[in-house]
Amino acid sequence: MTKFIIRRLIQTIPVLLGVTILVFSLMHLIPGDPAQIIAGESAPERQVEQIRERLGLNDPLHVQYGKFLGNIVTGDLGQSVRSSRPVADEIGTRFWVTVELAVYSTIVSVFLGLIAGIISAVRHYTVLDVVIMIVALFGLSMPNFWLGLMLIQYFSIGNWMPDWMSFMQMRASGWGDSWKQVVLPVITLGTAGAAIIARMTRSSMLEVIGQDYIRTARAKGVKERIVIYRHALKNALIPVVTVVGLEFGALLGGTVLTETIFAINGMGRLTIDAIRTRDFPVVQGTVLVISLLFVFVNLLVDISYRFLNKRIELD
Amino acid sequence: MSTYKNILEVRNLQTSFFTDDGEVKAVDGVSFELPKGKTLGVVGESGSGKSITALSLLQLLSKPGKIKGGEILFKGKNLLDYTEKQMREIRGNDISMIFQEPMTSLNPVYTVGYQISESLMIHQNLNKREAKLKSIEMLKLVGIPSPEKRVDQYPFELSGGMRQRVMIAMALACNPDMLIADEPTTALDVTIQAQILDLIRELQAKLDMSVIMITHDLGVVAETCDYVAVMYAGQVVEFSDVRSLFKKPKHPYTVGLLKSLPRHDIEQEKLQPIKGTVPSPKEMPVGCRFSPRCPAATDLCRGRMPGLITDEQKNEIRCWIYSEEWDGDPEVNIYGEERIAEG
Amino acid sequence: MAKKELLKVENLKQYFPIKGGFLGRTVNYVKAVDDISFTVYEGETVSIVGESGCGKSTTGRAILRLDEPTEGVVSFEGTDLTTLSRSEMRRKRKDLQIIFQDPYASINPRQIVSAVIEEAMHIQNAVPKEKRRERIEELLQTVGLQPYQADRYPHEFSGGQRQRIGIARALSVNPKLIICDEAVSALDVSIQAQVLNLLEELQDEFGLTYLFISHDLGVVRHISDRIIVMYLGKIMEISDKKSLFENPQHPYTKALLSAIPVPDPDKKKERIMLKGDVPSPIDPPTGCRFHTRCPYATEKCVTDVPELRTLPHMKEGHQASCHYIEEIHSGEMQPRDYSEKTKIKA
Repeated sequence: MTKFIIRRLIQTIPVLLGVTILVFSLMHLIPGDPAQIIAGESAPERQVEQIRERLGLNDPLHVQYGKFLGNIVTGDLGQSVRSSRPVADEIGTRFWVTVELAVYSTIVSVFLGLIAGIISAVRHYTVLDVVIMIVALFGLSMPNFWLGLMLIQYFSIGNWMPDWMSFMQMRASGWGDSWKQVVLPVITLGTAGAAIIARMTRSSMLEVIGQDYIRTARAKGVKERIVIYRHALKNALIPVVTVVGLEFGALLGGTVLTETIFAINGMGRLTIDAIRTRDFPVVQGTVLVISLLFVFVNLLVDISYRFLNKRIELD
Repeated sequence: MSTYKNILEVRNLQTSFFTDDGEVKAVDGVSFELPKGKTLGVVGESGSGKSITALSLLQLLSKPGKIKGGEILFKGKNLLDYTEKQMREIRGNDISMIFQEPMTSLNPVYTVGYQISESLMIHQNLNKREAKLKSIEMLKLVGIPSPEKRVDQYPFELSGGMRQRVMIAMALACNPDMLIADEPTTALDVTIQAQILDLIRELQAKLDMSVIMITHDLGVVAETCDYVAVMYAGQVVEFSDVRSLFKKPKHPYTVGLLKSLPRHDIEQEKLQPIKGTVPSPKEMPVGCRFSPRCPAATDLCRGRMPGLITDEQKNEIRCWIYSEEWDGDPEVNIYGEERIAEG
Repeated sequence: MAKKELLKVENLKQYFPIKGGFLGRTVNYVKAVDDISFTVYEGETVSIVGESGCGKSTTGRAILRLDEPTEGVVSFEGTDLTTLSRSEMRRKRKDLQIIFQDPYASINPRQIVSAVIEEAMHIQNAVPKEKRRERIEELLQTVGLQPYQADRYPHEFSGGQRQRIGIARALSVNPKLIICDEAVSALDVSIQAQVLNLLEELQDEFGLTYLFISHDLGVVRHISDRIIVMYLGKIMEISDKKSLFENPQHPYTKALLSAIPVPDPDKKKERIMLKGDVPSPIDPPTGCRFHTRCPYATEKCVTDVPELRTLPHMKEGHQASCHYIEEIHSGEMQPRDYSEKTKIKA
């Protein structure tokens, strides 16, 4: 297992390099001179030249990339054009806010999705199954910004506060009512994932329940509950885990809108603000961090995949 | 204490599948019996209902399938009166079952040892450690080399023959009175088949077990069984001791099967196939189900379903030829111009 | 009858690479067929038998170049098929047809029967367009189906009927050789007998040559003139049918024959029980491939690869590849562990 993890880690290196190249190219792929864009249309040439100098835009591309990469490795993501603070500091606390939001949402979608999917599969072709699947279809089709707005519209009046408190803040301010502040954003963000996971779990469970080894388990006199939760579920989870990994990625993307709607000061909002103010170093930083997070989550998925299915040999 | 003569008696078993297109009678009035310690072969081609019969015995049918009627007397008690909980106590404990596909019949995500231990933990209240020790013992019993190592392996690490041995170990862990083997060697190569049949035979004697062998292979029947039930289109058409069946088959279908069979042990001129195909369950003939393919069929056969007729050897045949009412040639020769080739 | 060579396979090898490692390099080979040679004469039926993994199906596919053979010569009527270009090979397939095991999988379910058969004729341009319909109906009758069934879909037929469609398709281009790859293995015995009889009738009628690939020795005994026994990519024994079944020479053939259950409860027979499983063809045993399971194996079998040979007591054309044919035949050598040779139903 350790060997597998090490090998898998080594394999992420090319992916990470690819990510840095993409992020690096962002600045250069945008039409026009980045320095000019940052400085503004009417800025004097001297100021533009200063920015260009500061960002190292006069060096040849490979030198720029080399510096960029070196900086990343040492944790230096450059300076925000707007606030002049280091990008790493800008991202800093906001990163954890977003991760927390994403993790809560993932937990909720996995939990709801699995339960709904299992019930649907075990009771397939009953009214309950049909209802669950229709609800899931709605959950899947609803854009999350719309869902967020609707939730605010209907629940946010009174003590359902829309602003976000992080776990740390909550702990500091005492649990009290503050957990409520987590509820709406997490529902907004987690619904689509729950729906996808429910559908995936259902079809995966149905397939597994039809397998010969399930019949073998029943023929041994195993209780139906154990047949479902031990013999079937572990096999059915294998494809579901992949979906969870992908969902986490989609969820990170979803935070951009959700954070904006619920006025949560996370990375999503930071990205939007940075794009709006053409704060390229910050855009680069956030994209890079989110990508790294995604790569990391996929690594976790692969490891849990391996844990579930001993058969996967990565060579 | 034994108030029963046969370990298993099946009477008029009826199993149907209720599909959107209506009822499909997969098993329609099947009866047979199995004396203790003996082996009964249930033989038939695809669609004969032999596997459904096997699953019905343990009530393992899945959704649209349902047992409609009949009796399954195991040690004198009707299993169809049992609750699901009582049936669970029978399965894997008193009656075990092994299946055709050893590749897919084991759960890929659990170790071999766990899968054997499971029955032991359920039925014999062993703890994990005891169950594992017993599992190793079972693996040794079924002839798996280095069982201490194999016990922690996953099914995909074993060959097809090994997996079938594991299935047998699993089935026999709780020392059942009866084993139902559903085409246990069909997916295996013939040299491996020989090993597995040998193993079943050896363990049957050792554990004093009764066996039901579901198969399409008449060679397997001849070599392993004491009694045979030949099934056709959901019914038993001939129930006989194995010797009579091969020496003097009585039902025209059994005769046809034996004459269709290409043999490796003797030289045959030409095969004599049964004409036509098995009727689809939706278009079952009114009379004898074999009548459209039977060379001897008369209006009586086509018009009315024959019952089971018992002959002087206590064997049963579902065929009008052997009844008082037979309206055809009294000297009818169902064997054709030549007897079934003999050695 | 002067025998005319129709198909001659020489030193055929089929290795499938196993990819692995970081860069997907070839780390090893599955030696599915490893240096086999045999000849098929016009009008005869030659069977290849063996258990799974012996390379029998691979041989059939390699002859037709469905998989490109790694090495060797496949001469068909004197032309080396392995040197033909793709289009030449495609034209050549008019003479060499194949029927597969699974009639469900080898027929396009969305085509009606006449389209299935016509496609083959069209590709080979075997029959002029206006005569095709007539020919299709004729072919269906030849294989025991009705002309009106030409416009039905495959799912409307039973397994046996579908195999008949496969045969009609193969026949449609007037082939000389038909490779039957487990063509009757999926069928129930009563239907299997019908199809086997049909294949025999067609052979008489059209002078066909069959290369019949099967694991079922009963079927093989019934249909073949000559038989090739394969094990792990190598030929163990080649012989005419009678000698093979009545006088098998190779220990593997003997074990294989003895392992098949006989549908006669009175027949006593000695069973040679082989230990263990067939080894992997990735790293096959050295020397004689069978030595790991052979009850007669010696040191020599581990190191030396036996050649196919005929000894004086064997009929002409009967060859076996074993170092100890003579010693086993004379009884000078006994199986190592006699307890494994068990008597059943004694």
